[in-house]
Amino acid sequence: MLELINVSFQVESEGKGKEIVRDVSLTVPDRKLIVITGPNGGGKSTLAKLIAGIEKPTGGSIRLDGEDITDRNVTERARLGISYAFQQPVRFKGIRVLDLIRIAAGKTLSVADACEYLSSVGLCARDYMDREVNASLSGGELKRIEIATVLARHARLSVFDEPEAGIDLWSFRNLIDVFRNMRETIEDSSILIISHQERILAIADEIIVIKDGRVEKQGRREDVYPFLDADSAEKLTCEGGIRAMGKGGEAE
Amino acid sequence: MTPLDEIQKRLLREVADLHEVPEGAYNIRSNSQSAGRRSTANIEIVSKQDVSGLEVRIRPGTKHESVHIPVVMTESGLKEVVYNDFFIGEDADVVIIAGCGIDNCGNQDSQHDGIHRFYLEKGAKVRYVEKHYGSGSGAGKRILNPGTEVYMKENSSMEMEMVQIKGVDDTERTTIAELDAGAKLVVRERLMTHGEQRAISTYSVNLNGTDSSADIVSRSVARDRSFQKFDAKIIGKAACSGHTECDSIIMDQGRILAVPGLEADHVDASLFHEAAIGKIAGEQLIKLMTLGLTEAEAEEQIINGFLR
Repeated sequence: MLELINVSFQVESEGKGKEIVRDVSLTVPDRKLIVITGPNGGGKSTLAKLIAGIEKPTGGSIRLDGEDITDRNVTERARLGISYAFQQPVRFKGIRVLDLIRIAAGKTLSVADACEYLSSVGLCARDYMDREVNASLSGGELKRIEIATVLARHARLSVFDEPEAGIDLWSFRNLIDVFRNMRETIEDSSILIISHQERILAIADEIIVIKDGRVEKQGRREDVYPFLDADSAEKLTCEGGIRAMGKGGEAE
Repeated sequence: MTPLDEIQKRLLREVADLHEVPEGAYNIRSNSQSAGRRSTANIEIVSKQDVSGLEVRIRPGTKHESVHIPVVMTESGLKEVVYNDFFIGEDADVVIIAGCGIDNCGNQDSQHDGIHRFYLEKGAKVRYVEKHYGSGSGAGKRILNPGTEVYMKENSSMEMEMVQIKGVDDTERTTIAELDAGAKLVVRERLMTHGEQRAISTYSVNLNGTDSSADIVSRSVARDRSFQKFDAKIIGKAACSGHTECDSIIMDQGRILAVPGLEADHVDASLFHEAAIGKIAGEQLIKLMTLGLTEAEAEEQIINGFLR
């Protein structure tokens, strides 16, 4: 279980302090899939970075399974069981897909075992194992590999920052199945996804809306989702997910 | 012939991946003496008469054979210049593995200057691998100055892999190539320098014939206070294509100078140069740290991959 208790994050901007995250308290319980949504610039991605340890909160504390991890660095948090998928996957010259999956798994996986992770994100594994994780891969391919590295970690908490960003509609539809499958096979872990995508919102156990750095709403999907439609549908529509689907030609 | 001791055997493993006597033709040079030689039906190795070095003659049409010519030095203060000439017959297809390992525990400099000349006949194909390695805790420097000359007849091809990752204090590498029509030269250079090391690599490649091509790519890492210079010149004298690339990571107080040189003397010459020098991207470190590596482990993975 992950707990954020009165977490704030402030940056210096033009000589003034600017609050990106304001006094956020939330809980990600075990065996649940939580989706954080809300307008762009509202502090969602910063929140994910604060959880992964990439940014340090300027106030409040973060706990994982009751242990205070606020002062733990990225490596320590990873070793404690937090996994984080980047919104924009990082490229590496010379590091192969197989190397990255092995590093993620933390052991020398057989090629066959590594293949399983790639297959589960819809990549024809054998074609990719020896490819370098560099610019020769498309945005969709990189995104799937990024997600495969998170799967390979078997983490206590997996955080995905906008998995729909930067990939085409066709790839995205397949990714929904990956998350649905993760949700169905969830055991002693939990999943946190930052997303605007209504199909991801539709598989959430709970939805948290972050706006202007604050928690605006949170609750069970059944309680929050219809309200989002009535109140924030347009905002969401303008922010990529649903509009992208419309452009993709799919009748929703 | 002198038997090899453990240090010499270790150097051989580093520079030639040799654990035992190699298959095919070979000549092992140890402290300026021959420590073993074998010619085969198609590959003849003989000593030069006028200067120190070898002549390696490969018969036309020889396929899938290899030549190993490693050099190991363990005596401090040894300085040598060696001239090796390779004559590769028409349509032969061979692998040549050279390499030099120096272990210097003494206080005097050890130096090996290897001048390799390759004469490729029409349609000949060579894969050439050259690894440099230095070890030993003495104050004496380990110095390697390889000179490579490649003369390529029509439709011949040469792929050169040059690797120097560890322990060589000072290197000046000079490579010259002359390409006739349809000839193809590919160079992959990988270099890492530490401490106060200095490595200079200079290329001068003449694309003389129609449809000749050269592709020279250097990937390097400069650590501590080391210095590297990559100076690659391609001269296009016909309808040809040439590409040079210098891709480098700098760390600590390392310094790198990349000097591109392209000269087109023909309207259909097509030449490109790319160079990028920078430190390891912060996001690469963070990504690997989110997978559980420490910053130092992440750095090592990134460099190993980069120099693969």
